[in-house]
Amino acid sequence: MTTDVKEPSPPVKPEPERQKLGEVVVRFAGDSGDGMQLTGGQFTATSAILGNDLATLPDFPAEIRAPAGTLPGVSAFQVRIADYDIHTPGDAPDVLIAMNPAALKQSLGDLKPNGIVIVNTDEFNANNLKKAGYETNPLEDGTVDGYRLFSAAISTMTRRTLEDSPLDFKSRDRCKNFFALGMIYWMFSRPLDMSIDWLEKKFSRRPEVAQANVKALRAGFNFCDITDQFQVRYEVEPARLTPGTYRNVMGNSAMAIGLVAASRRSGLPLFLGSYPITPASDILHELARYKNFGVTTFQAEDEIAAVCAAIGASFGGALAVTTTSGPGVALKSEAIGLAVMTELPLIIINVQRGGPSTGLPTKTEQSDLLQAMFGRNGESPIPVLAAQSPPDCFDIALEATRIATRYMVPVMVLSDGYIANGSEPWLLPNVEELPDLRLDFHTQAEGFAPYSRDPETLARPWAVPGTPGLEHRLGGLEKQDGSGNVSYDPHNHERMTELRAEKVERIARTIPDLEIDGAPTGDLLILGWGSTYGAIAAAVNTGREAGLNVSRAHLRYLNPFPKNLGEVLAGFKRVLIPEMNCGQLALLIRARYLVDAISFTKVQGKPFFRREILDKAREILEAEADVN
Amino acid sequence: MSTELPVLTKKDFQSDQEVRWCPGCGDYAVLSAVQTVLPKLDLPKEKFVVVSGIGCSSRFPYYMDTYGFHTIHGRAPAIATGIKTARPDLEVWIATGDGDAMSIGGNHLIHTLRRNVGVKILMFNNRIYGLTKGQYSPTSELGKRTKSTPAGSVDYPFNPLALALGAGATFVARSVDIFQPHLRAMLQRAADHKGSAFIEIYQNCNIFNDKAFAYMTEKDSRAEQTVYLEQGQPLVFGKEKDKGIRLVEGRLERIELGREFGPEDCLVWDEAFEDPSMAFRLAYMLPPEFPTPIGVLRAVDMPAYDARSVGQIEAAIDKDGQGELQQLIHSGELWTVKEDGSISRGDG
Ligand code: SF4
Repeated sequence: MTTDVKEPSPPVKPEPERQKLGEVVVRFAGDSGDGMQLTGGQFTATSAILGNDLATLPDFPAEIRAPAGTLPGVSAFQVRIADYDIHTPGDAPDVLIAMNPAALKQSLGDLKPNGIVIVNTDEFNANNLKKAGYETNPLEDGTVDGYRLFSAAISTMTRRTLEDSPLDFKSRDRCKNFFALGMIYWMFSRPLDMSIDWLEKKFSRRPEVAQANVKALRAGFNFCDITDQFQVRYEVEPARLTPGTYRNVMGNSAMAIGLVAASRRSGLPLFLGSYPITPASDILHELARYKNFGVTTFQAEDEIAAVCAAIGASFGGALAVTTTSGPGVALKSEAIGLAVMTELPLIIINVQRGGPSTGLPTKTEQSDLLQAMFGRNGESPIPVLAAQSPPDCFDIALEATRIATRYMVPVMVLSDGYIANGSEPWLLPNVEELPDLRLDFHTQAEGFAPYSRDPETLARPWAVPGTPGLEHRLGGLEKQDGSGNVSYDPHNHERMTELRAEKVERIARTIPDLEIDGAPTGDLLILGWGSTYGAIAAAVNTGREAGLNVSRAHLRYLNPFPKNLGEVLAGFKRVLIPEMNCGQLALLIRARYLVDAISFTKVQGKPFFRREILDKAREILEAEADVN
Repeated sequence: MSTELPVLTKKDFQSDQEVRWCPGCGDYAVLSAVQTVLPKLDLPKEKFVVVSGIGCSSRFPYYMDTYGFHTIHGRAPAIATGIKTARPDLEVWIATGDGDAMSIGGNHLIHTLRRNVGVKILMFNNRIYGLTKGQYSPTSELGKRTKSTPAGSVDYPFNPLALALGAGATFVARSVDIFQPHLRAMLQRAADHKGSAFIEIYQNCNIFNDKAFAYMTEKDSRAEQTVYLEQGQPLVFGKEKDKGIRLVEGRLERIELGREFGPEDCLVWDEAFEDPSMAFRLAYMLPPEFPTPIGVLRAVDMPAYDARSVGQIEAAIDKDGQGELQQLIHSGELWTVKEDGSISRGDG
């Protein structure tokens, strides 16, 4: 096809100034049809390959297709790139790309003072202003005072660039996100070739689409090169990452790959029973593609059938998993109790979201910890693990498999919307380094008792149908210790209740001690779990640089707790527990260790900012100093 | 390869657990029929898994010396689906009741049938809740007086056969606890069927709903009140074979044979008809107007869910080869940081 991509015009302005930045936070915001997730993803991919450390945070609209131009229709993607080891996608953006008035309205308040706003002026017409709830044009009425505004007629320029494209009008307009991406690439001194490669691969069957987008990308880049508006180009140097091979990974994807890895390392075929639910469905989607790994995915008629099918598959000798979010866990509770009673291995993955009830399906929260711990009838303790970052989902899937199969127990894994959809560079492991999870089913018919126990783990034997001589019956009724026959004996019930609890407690013997980052004793320990990891680590690093006496520790094991947790807590005058709920871990810590922990909570459907945790830590330390 | 199977007998399928249904309960007869038929299937005993939900009939697995799973209320079809899909080599039988299958577990029942999962569903229909001591069930007749409906129930019952047909079941049959030879024949047919097999078994609960089916099970009324469905045979019934069912203007009609009509006027039964509408008509042959049909209402061959699911996995392996874990982990846009801090695209 055509190769008449216009050569960049000779610069009509002096060489732009070059400024080095240690880090930058960019937010792409636009209508859900504007392709902002994709644009942000491209900027991320290119920056990753340039060696920056990074973290991303998508913000999807709750509706599938909210009316175009409205606030509920805004889709945003935030990425932070840095020349050092970072843990979060950043508190406030330095740069905002607003493709329409609604996007500006939604995000402007988050922007840093004096931050850069790039707007697509074409969309700032009366109709769109009204839809966004602006009485007057914010570009003219002082709304953007205090920010550095860059106006560009992105739609018009894209159209003009693609005047002779064979694409129809609508498809040409859709290339405007790549025009915007080209501008950002110019601004942050990024090469275009990674995105061009990607487009050519992605649209290999529709080269005209690839070509139009490439043209728009170049045009955006060249526009910045020639217009006087843009005088500064920024550079973010590569971070010093641990040597090795990396890819950028989202939590749900890492979880899916982790489950496949667990299947391979254990030699058990993977069976996923699942029912579509936000924000967990992507695990189902991804595993459904891995059939050549022997993966069976069963999309059930409801949440209950999903977990029940998994329990059936586990009885049959599969590595059985069900994936869901909080409301789904509520529906599955009775069946999880059955897995507790029948002592079958099962992995329940809860990608938490805002609750209660339907709550905030697309927003993040950590409010299902107590549900995971106690949300079943009867005394039915189960191990609970929590992933702390997108790549950690991979490791946690393997660890959950180890515990479930070694201890014959259902394991709850907590993730959340933030790490499920957020991404970070993942230092890729080599397969041989992964834990060996191989196991043997019970086959010895002589003396077989379905509820006999391994003296170390207290696990009962896993005897799968098809094995001659091991015919036995499982069920939800209380079991006689040893034989597994139905038993209503009061003392047997008490003994079995204790055994089931003791089995979970013994897992603590095989989990690592809780590590402390910082001094092992001191004024303040910040204790976290799950996805607050990044914000806490960032706050503690910054705090320490500023001379604060603060340490931190992060729990991946919520049940049982690491053996040394009590000791760790005892080493500090104050313990601060930040959580995206109303203090659920704090409740457990207080009850278990009688420690007067300070609960610091946030339930806005958004992750913590580093600043919030740092300010709180400072406040506690100052109060502590006043007392002394 | 010769696989000499030991000859199994009924005794091999009897567990050491004491059977605890009420004396006189119809469940005993069903248990006996199942324990008689399974040994004759020429399959190793360890291949059988009996799954149940909650209710009197759901105690069934404890009395079978096979693999068994007494699960939770209504969920037997869902758990059985997981077993069969993960392990298509197993023979999975479900024992369930009218409350378990059609009330709390209704969703799982219809979806299991819709998918045509290769499991056998024996639904003991006694039209009452037995284990919870006598509340009306979703198959209780309108106006049923029970502890929970002292003034009579005001809801219409399910027609279990119509429900199964409506869900797309590929094998649908009805039998009766005390019609032992017939029940055994139906169990054999279910065992031979490849997809989901659903058998409604009329079962007498002599404690809470005694004689619910007496109108058709008593010796003297049996022949007049039932019509046996036999493949390729006209629908003729009565002690003297003097009555029949004919199809006239799209409706079923009961006729007297002899003078005006002969067996040649009766509907010739075809269970293999793919269109289930005729089977529906039979499911709606209700007393007192019609005799109760007993036998196979529908038996059509369609690939089972579990076979299709395994087929997709095999096809994927054929096409792409066994998945390589190292490759899966190391896929996508990769970059490598070297010891000296330099960065290159790709894997090392
Ligand atoms: S209550 Fe009825 S169904 Fe239950 S065991 Fe007794 S007779 Fe049988």
